[in-house]
Amino acid sequence: MSRVRIQEADFDVGAELAALQDDRTDVGAVASFVGCVRGHTREDDVSALTLEHYPGMTERAIEAMIAEANSRFGVLDARVVHRVGRLMPGERIVLVAVAASHRRDAFQACEFLMDYLKTQAPFWKKETTPQGERWVDARTADDVALARWGVASGNAGATTPWPGAIAHTDAAADAP
Amino acid sequence: MRLTLKYFASLREALGSGGLQEWTPDGAPTAAALRAWLCAQSDAHARALAPGRAVRVAVDQALADDATPLHDGAEVAFFPPVTGG
Repeated sequence: MSRVRIQEADFDVGAELAALQDDRTDVGAVASFVGCVRGHTREDDVSALTLEHYPGMTERAIEAMIAEANSRFGVLDARVVHRVGRLMPGERIVLVAVAASHRRDAFQACEFLMDYLKTQAPFWKKETTPQGERWVDARTADDVALARWGVASGNAGATTPWPGAIAHTDAAADAP
Repeated sequence: MRLTLKYFASLREALGSGGLQEWTPDGAPTAAALRAWLCAQSDAHARALAPGRAVRVAVDQALADDATPLHDGAEVAFFPPVTGG
């Protein structure tokens, strides 16, 4: 099963985590993050979230992030599953899971991948609220989160492009 | 040169999803030059891609910036700041 998947269907967290560990004895730690749809923002109730992505580029960008995580941390394997389409409050949106020999690498790589994904992977969220539909604004806090890893991101800025964008590796280009 | 244009999210709603585009650049064929040329093509383009609006660009499915050079056959995507995860 591909380590990066974009899909409308829900995913089975337990099965995904087990797959990272199956048939290997070098994994000492599996860390994961699951993002879910919240039914409220600071201003409004949210009755649905609709996610759009850029097919092809999304997979390449995430493969490049995993390659970067591999080079920084001792990652043995990773999974990123991101849903698209219309999702209801309480539904899962995204899974990032990392297997490593030791917990510190697993925790750090998982957070690194999530920070990268928030600002560098081409997904867009639209909220359905009592006031109608609206595109979610990018948050500068997410750029700050990525900056902690020494990677500059101007995603949420008015005009600055992505100075910290990582080059796609050959491995990423060859990914399905 | 012939380009494949793509728009996503709010830009897709304003301009459609894109398509093949013939473009003869006046000067250096950069992403910024294409954006400026597109702004002159219709009022909708001028609004959606106006200078100062937060618009990101990708060339051949890699994040790019204003100075990124374009080539014949390139896939050029414009979209708002990303909000996944």
